Amino acid sequence: MTQLALVIDLNVCVGCHACVTSCKEWNTSGAAGALADQNPYAADPTGTFFNRVQTFEVGTFPRTETVHFPKSCLHCEDPPCVPVCPTGASYKRKEDGIVLVDYDKCIGCKYCSWACPYGVREFDEKQKVMKKCTLCVDRIYDLSLPEVDRKPACVKACPTSARLFGDIHDSESEVSVAIRDNGGYQLMPEWSTHPANHYLPRRKTSVHIHADELERADNPLKIDRQQPQPGKAEPSLDDVTSW
Amino acid sequence: MSPPLQEIKNTTCYMCACRCGIRVHLRDGEVRYIDGNPDHPLNQGVICAKGSSGIMKQYSPARLTQPLRRKPGAERGSGEFEAISWEEAFATLTERLAKIRSTDPKKFALFTGRDQMQALTGLFARQFGTPNYAAHGGFCSVNMAAGMIYTIGGSFWEFGGPDLDRAKLFVMIGTAEDHHSNPLKIAIAKFKRDGGRFVSINPVRTGYSAIADEWVPIRPGTDGALLLAIIHEILAQGLYDRDFLVRYSNAGQLVNQDEANDEFGMFVRTEVPAEEACYDPQNKLWWDRQTNRPVLTHAPGADPFLLGEFTLSDGTRVKPAFQLLQDRVRDYTPDWAEQITGIPAATIRRLAHEMGVTARDQKIELPISWTDSWGVEHDTVTGNPVAFHAMRGLAAHSNGFHSIRALAILMSLLGTIDRPGGFRHKAPFPRPIPPCARTPTSPLAVKPDTPLDGMALGWPSDPDDLFIHEDGTPVRIDKAFSWEYPLSVHGLMHNVITNAWRGDPYRIDTLMIFMANMAWNSTMNTVEVRKMLNDKDTEGPNAGEYKIPFIVVADAFQSEMTAFADLILPDTTYLERHDVMSMLDRPISEFDGPVDSVRIPVLPPTGECKPFQEVLIELGTRLKLPVFVTKEGSRKYRDYPDFIVNYETEPGSGIGFLSGWRGQGGEKFMRGEPNPNQWEMYAKNNCMYHHELPKSYQYMRNWNQGYLEWSQRMRITRYAEPILIHLYSEVLQKFRSAAQGKGITRKPPQHLRQRLVTYFDPLPFYYETLEGQATDRQKYPLAAITQRPMAMYHSWDAQNAWLRQIHTYNHLYVNADTARRNGIADGDWIWVESQWGKVRCMARHSEAVEPGTVWTWNAIGKAAGAWNLTPDANEAQQGFLLNHLISEELPGNGAGRLISNSDPVTGQAAWYDVRVRISKAGPDELEQSSPQFDALPAYPGMAERPDWLAFFAGGKK
Repeated sequence: MTQLALVIDLNVCVGCHACVTSCKEWNTSGAAGALADQNPYAADPTGTFFNRVQTFEVGTFPRTETVHFPKSCLHCEDPPCVPVCPTGASYKRKEDGIVLVDYDKCIGCKYCSWACPYGVREFDEKQKVMKKCTLCVDRIYDLSLPEVDRKPACVKACPTSARLFGDIHDSESEVSVAIRDNGGYQLMPEWSTHPANHYLPRRKTSVHIHADELERADNPLKIDRQQPQPGKAEPSLDDVTSW
Repeated sequence: MSPPLQEIKNTTCYMCACRCGIRVHLRDGEVRYIDGNPDHPLNQGVICAKGSSGIMKQYSPARLTQPLRRKPGAERGSGEFEAISWEEAFATLTERLAKIRSTDPKKFALFTGRDQMQALTGLFARQFGTPNYAAHGGFCSVNMAAGMIYTIGGSFWEFGGPDLDRAKLFVMIGTAEDHHSNPLKIAIAKFKRDGGRFVSINPVRTGYSAIADEWVPIRPGTDGALLLAIIHEILAQGLYDRDFLVRYSNAGQLVNQDEANDEFGMFVRTEVPAEEACYDPQNKLWWDRQTNRPVLTHAPGADPFLLGEFTLSDGTRVKPAFQLLQDRVRDYTPDWAEQITGIPAATIRRLAHEMGVTARDQKIELPISWTDSWGVEHDTVTGNPVAFHAMRGLAAHSNGFHSIRALAILMSLLGTIDRPGGFRHKAPFPRPIPPCARTPTSPLAVKPDTPLDGMALGWPSDPDDLFIHEDGTPVRIDKAFSWEYPLSVHGLMHNVITNAWRGDPYRIDTLMIFMANMAWNSTMNTVEVRKMLNDKDTEGPNAGEYKIPFIVVADAFQSEMTAFADLILPDTTYLERHDVMSMLDRPISEFDGPVDSVRIPVLPPTGECKPFQEVLIELGTRLKLPVFVTKEGSRKYRDYPDFIVNYETEPGSGIGFLSGWRGQGGEKFMRGEPNPNQWEMYAKNNCMYHHELPKSYQYMRNWNQGYLEWSQRMRITRYAEPILIHLYSEVLQKFRSAAQGKGITRKPPQHLRQRLVTYFDPLPFYYETLEGQATDRQKYPLAAITQRPMAMYHSWDAQNAWLRQIHTYNHLYVNADTARRNGIADGDWIWVESQWGKVRCMARHSEAVEPGTVWTWNAIGKAAGAWNLTPDANEAQQGFLLNHLISEELPGNGAGRLISNSDPVTGQAAWYDVRVRISKAGPDELEQSSPQFDALPAYPGMAERPDWLAFFAGGKK
């Protein structure tokens, strides 16, 4: 069975927010739209975004890591948001594992957002319905798009290719290989939600130079420290001593 | 109901200065989606947060839609305007400017922000005849351009960059995340995936630094000390690429060391060239190791001593330039640098070793044959895979020029210039050192009703190239190319308002500003500069008149600057106009060859918006500036697209704004007759032209005979002479010699002599920033700097409903330990004070900033009501600007003299030099940022601000 998911590589995410606004622009005019913004030009603007980047620091100076952490619906294999929904608006698709909300059935009771341990549900304050990442379900199967474009908008946009998209149940898919090879992990596994989305951790490259690698036989100083031989006519002890 | 009409149109992004290829998807004529063009070489299909938010720029209620005139009787800055017609706007401007032009053209000043049409704005100013033109470079990164171009003949960003495809070690120093942003993001990610090691040297760990393998925190403004100490260690360990330096730099060339001689500090020459030309004649000397005597540089079979001291047959003492460099860095030890930079000496040594050993032991050999400028054929191109990138963090200090010279020299010592895995040039670079463009050299170049006799901006090669009066005073309003800032190759826009207000060097009549927020985040000393814009004469014939009599602002948005305009010209957005990213300006070339590009409108202009290009062409035509009219004085160009196709730099030159598809049928590149279908050809080809060079022309271009001759044939350069790296800068020495009274060039006024002797050192040196020297460090113990958020470009996007939700207001980030020692808790309201001013803002504790530095995001704070936000918007109530703490001037040499707060070599604005102290705000104080300003109203023609936005392109779902 297919389980579509995003794999997000924290090793290369620079926190540029391309995924945040490319998601917004695609989805506000797409099947899941419009995505409302309250006070768009006034105090405390707040709007519906399916994808957000949180930035936090780890460690103390100078051993500090700054982590940019993009977060959207994780499309759990066992999504706690689904069983709590009183109207069946929240559901998980059998064919590809995408968790969706049927706005027509949603009554805006917000049970699902209470149930979601990841805080990724986005209530649309204008339409009064719950919204969330759809993995761009209106792009990925659209045969009118060239195949290369049949990806979530965030994946297409990401300048560092930090977002991979594919079927994590296919062990040979790009996402499965990435998870396997790079220590991909799920968020809060203790909740047994089995999030489909995975994160790849930071990986560090360091070098160690041994002291005896510093100097080589062809060190240019051997050439440059050579001084011209003194002229034969210049004074020397030979001129003054017979010993 | 018919299905919505869907269309996709290609153009070029302008949400920042990066210039990515974009596809604009329209539904029923509204923008539905903007994605990256996968067939564009720059962004290869990706797009950033800003680019993805272009829709909200297009439909922003802050857009200006009508020409506006300040209401009679209304005070400047109050934002009270009335709509007028374009005809009225043009008539007003034409009358005023024609009068200036026929009397004293320098009384018209045109200064532009991050415009991408400097070739046109510069042409307009030159045709008008005013010397007073520049773009924003002087307050951006001119130190980066000048420091590197005066050393290696090229620089970062549009001009060149790190070859991360092949680098193994990448060292980024204080870069700005919005410069060359998508290409750099793509490259860094790929570099990391390929196993490269990424070291970031920066006081703050944000942005790209976050994913560095190692973060090396450094104190602001001390980069020069670090780089010189690394050079010290590289030389001490013998980790330099000797062969590279011998052949491709002036390392082996002999410098006169006879202090009594007028030629002291100059290279010894075998002969004086017959004519002045802008290239380095190969007439210098080496001291040959084989024969132990002086020989002509690059003499076949010769190999120079790089170290030593020699005596010529006439008794002149000489040293190779490399020896002088070694003498210079002798005391710049890592232990010395530790005290200044805060970086442990062991770390500095390790970094030097990593660089040197990686460059030496991980060499790349590409099977590409090429011929050098001395006719030697090479079977391979060698790469030493250590790459660097730096930008404004290094540049925006008053000691930045020499820091950047040190960086360029370090890159050269490692043998990484225009080689795989190192730094690579982008056309039209490399250029001669310095490039050939020159300003006029005397005020006689400014004549009524006559174009300026020379370029408004250029590259001085010696004191005789300065643009000054006989008594040494500046000709330009910003004092660029004067003895105060001799190599100010991008001008000093940050001093224009202050100078014009004070009348030093003179008053002007009309100041035209395009796309620059000089009443807010693009100016230093913002509070006072706003007063200057409003200040009136109290006595004399102009009593009651504004000291800067007429201000014209062209912009697409209502802003703090537009409020001070007498006349506002509403510009279009990037989606509504033609544009060219021209080879005559700052094209988007790739490492493998020249690229230029265009914008083609995907939407009609909003309201009565008119592209500024069209404004200039119309104005130029009405003023009868020679290039815009026929001999008979009638209109020559229908509009901007027509101008772009048909304008040639000289009649019949075949060189125009666009390099691609020239010639009648579009068969030529760079040179060729105008092609009437040139726009269509760009439109069909992703809005860009990419000329890929043969592999043998892609590397070693400073000394690549094939490339240089090609470049000369294409008229990219006038000369095909080799461009040797200037480890030792004779250009700088010429200014120093003049200040010492030597030689036959012009001599500086007495009060500037010591300044020139000090800062025009032919070798890089470290000095504390000018502001640091003028500050009591006990009183102001902290350095304050800004960082650039990746989701905002300067002040451009506060009006953008989506982007402002990412950065709604800014905090001052303070190292948690520093904050605690000052009694400041996370989230506290605090005062930040410099010796020039104070702001109130909110503090945020951080572990990702070095303890002696505080920082905030650039340009998030806004004046109340600006950008058509409600006056209570967070940007104005909690957001703040650091600019209020930064002075545009410092005490100069001598009583009462003031000098720009800038690099003394280049005039680069020293944004990042300011020193501050912080304290908790009182319990009774307002929880509001300070200073505050009267709220700006909306202007006529601006859209209403909606309370809700639920954008759905092409009507309702």
